[in-house]
Amino acid sequence: MIGFLTLLQKEILRFWKVGFQTVAAPVVTALLYLLIFSHVLEDHVRIYDNVPYTAFLVPGLVMMSILQNAFANSSSSLIQSKVTGSVVFMLLAPISYRAFWAAYVGAAALRGLLVGLGVFLVTLGFTGARLEAPLWILVFAVLGGAVLGTLGVIAGIWSDKFDQLAAFQNFLIMPLTFLSGVFYSIHSLPPFWQQVSHWNPVFYMIDGFRYGFFALSDVSPWQSLAVVGVCFVLLAAVTLELLRRGYKLRM
Amino acid sequence: MVPALRIAGVTKRFGTTRALAGIDLEVAQGEFFGLLGPNGAGKTTLISALAGLVRPDSGRLEVMGHDVQADYRQARLKLGVVPQELVFDPFFSVRQTLRIQSGYYGIRRNDDWIDEILANLDLAGKAEANMRSLSGGMKRRVLVAQALVHKPPVIVLDEPTAGVDVELRQGLWRFIRRLNGEGHSIVLTTHYLEEAETQCGRIAMMKAGRIVALDSTGNLLRRFGDGTTNLEDAFMRVMKEAA
Ligand SMILES: Nc1ncnc2c1ncn2[C@@H]1O[C@H](COP(=O)(O)OP(=O)(O)O)[C@@H](O)[C@H]1O
Ligand SMILES: [Mg+2]
Repeated sequence: MIGFLTLLQKEILRFWKVGFQTVAAPVVTALLYLLIFSHVLEDHVRIYDNVPYTAFLVPGLVMMSILQNAFANSSSSLIQSKVTGSVVFMLLAPISYRAFWAAYVGAAALRGLLVGLGVFLVTLGFTGARLEAPLWILVFAVLGGAVLGTLGVIAGIWSDKFDQLAAFQNFLIMPLTFLSGVFYSIHSLPPFWQQVSHWNPVFYMIDGFRYGFFALSDVSPWQSLAVVGVCFVLLAAVTLELLRRGYKLRM
Repeated sequence: MVPALRIAGVTKRFGTTRALAGIDLEVAQGEFFGLLGPNGAGKTTLISALAGLVRPDSGRLEVMGHDVQADYRQARLKLGVVPQELVFDPFFSVRQTLRIQSGYYGIRRNDDWIDEILANLDLAGKAEANMRSLSGGMKRRVLVAQALVHKPPVIVLDEPTAGVDVELRQGLWRFIRRLNGEGHSIVLTTHYLEEAETQCGRIAMMKAGRIVALDSTGNLLRRFGDGTTNLEDAFMRVMKEAA
């Protein structure tokens, strides 16, 4: 237990020490998206009748920030310790592979949640907050952070170099998060792209998360919870099996 | 008494390279043991297998009677390894590094022991320095310190003196000898054979993944010399005969 807590604490310290880059900068990025999109689209796009576009956009941006930063945290931390070789200090220690996974995912989700909270607080100045079902907000925030944190562990273990990790980020994480209804409701898409979006798990994370704010969503939050929950269980199982075998960590 | 290390029938291939071609070795508790051999002989691979960093293709390895795979927690608690590569986490200071390493081994408040290690390794003045700012020799000594945070009964040092200057080397050996005197078993690899000759009670010489000589240091010198030889001459003869 102390081993797990130490690793968790180390992973938190690692991003907190450079909090300007890892927490403040992503909040600013999200704010820029908000300024640009709301300025351009506020008077032209209305997705739900009594929800202004800017208000609609905020939960999407918050969730996108949570997801991208959770992924960035576990993946970059792991590849850094692999490239510098300092991963050996964790591998020499009597830390179980489950504790290893839990610590990386815990720290990743925490960074995601901190960035998400930052984005939410900053955007409060632009739109009032509506919090119709706060429990759903919390559930999807934590679960989304954990899913992407786990995916980050897989990416960090699998990548041998930083550019492989960048490819993972650019060709999987970015498209999944952008093509998920952050900026729009998928009902405004042509039928084909609507179908495609329904295969994107991130769509359910954002849709369920948004339900917590407005009690409005494209699909039922229970359905979203089921999809995201199954994703989490599957990815966690894959990651734990990779770690148990020592894939790319123990020769 | 259970041996500090028990290694039986261990083989390991990397692609077509036979890094370990069947290693059998026992090291008793309290020994100061030397593992010598040219580059590529398999010393680091053997140490990595003991530490669970490398999974052998066949054979068994035990640390203080604990199988390094089946009973990995106990085996790792009993073992402290100084890696050959000069690795460090650039995010932390020396003290943070050692506190974190203690935590990995389940030890929360360890500052008394950490301070003692730092003093003995001549690092007390660098406790709060960032790892990045240290010289190579200092980083090497932090690696030694990291291997000792949990007071392991078995300490394995893979070329601990590479890049460390003469004076500090003496200090390092004094500390290691003290630990050995207190009952810790020591296994070391080094390319400085005079170092092995003065420190080690028993020596294994490896070549191409095999142990080609295994005896007390005195016996090796007698067997392969004429009374005036040093370990270097004995080593050269063993290597030639094993070719
Ligand atoms: N991770 C690895 N991948 C491929 N080959 C390796 C790996 N580690 C070691 N080897 C090879 O195994 C052999 C033994 O290496 P090593 O154990 O490092 O020797 P030593 O420590 O005695 O110099 C060498 O031929 C080396 O190239
Ligand atoms: Mg070596």
